[in-house]
Amino acid sequence: MTSLNINGKAVDVEAEPDTPLLWVLRDELHMSGTKFGCGMALCGACTVHLDGQPSRACVTPVSAATGKKITTIEAIAESAVGKRVQMAWAEIDVPQCGYCQSGQIMAATALLKAIPRPTDKDIDQAMSGNICRCGTYPRIRAAIHKAAGKA
Amino acid sequence: MMRALLLMCAALAGVAQAAPKGDGKLFDPVASVVMSPRCINCHQVEAPHQKDIGIVHAQQVVRGADGHGSAVLHCAACHQASNSAQGRVPGAPNWHLAPLSMKWQGLDKKGVCQQMKDPKRNGNRKTGEQVIEHMKTDPLVLWAWNPGAQRTLPPMSHEDFIKALETWADAGMPCPQ
Repeated sequence: MTSLNINGKAVDVEAEPDTPLLWVLRDELHMSGTKFGCGMALCGACTVHLDGQPSRACVTPVSAATGKKITTIEAIAESAVGKRVQMAWAEIDVPQCGYCQSGQIMAATALLKAIPRPTDKDIDQAMSGNICRCGTYPRIRAAIHKAAGKA
Repeated sequence: MMRALLLMCAALAGVAQAAPKGDGKLFDPVASVVMSPRCINCHQVEAPHQKDIGIVHAQQVVRGADGHGSAVLHCAACHQASNSAQGRVPGAPNWHLAPLSMKWQGLDKKGVCQQMKDPKRNGNRKTGEQVIEHMKTDPLVLWAWNPGAQRTLPPMSHEDFIKALETWADAGMPCPQ
């Protein structure tokens, strides 16, 4: 039994310490907002925050998340920045198929918390690990600028 | 009197002549390891490199302010304290780029050797023992011999590497000319 802090709540999980956090979220806790994409930290679909930093839940063992504040897409609107990102995403209608978008929103929110007015270069360096097979990158960029108040 | 004078001259020469004794060829086996992809890929300037051919790391990974990646794409977003189960995502504690002063990008083995023994560029390590300590014990260095996913290993065992390091350090860290 391991105790995790997920979205501000203490949660006990049965998983072994080396089980990836993504498996715990999706299979044990049925929090399916965080997506399984590649399983090898190559696509960013499984991005969650650990103490505010984006992490790929598919390769993060539960043991590495213990003692940290885990934030998932389900709670992203609880922060003011996350809410702004969510609204910008809706206004610009960013998603196409949508599969990568929870990871994109997690990465974008972390970016705007760290750098409230990001340049295009900041966006590139923060978001390049989040792949979108529909190619919605121009809208993702526009939505980040909009959430930052620059568009 | 003459003997004392000679001794004094010898001592002064020893101080002034910080130039190392020994054969620069002693660095060759050290270079063969530290210039292999597992080491040199992280002793880069702007961004880590990857794979045996040393291509720039995918996903636009950059050094960032402190060698741990950009503001919100840290090395640790993917690289855990150990290799992932199938070894595809390599990991070791505190995965990060070598400090900028320790960059080897663009250097030949003489340049790498001179960097390693220069306290201004090597983290203020002055003695041979201090210089080689990182390569004997740092988990990031040890990872090179357990890189996972059939990545190419350095060209000698870590045990033999330590022997080569100690021989080089004992000889006064001579560099190739």
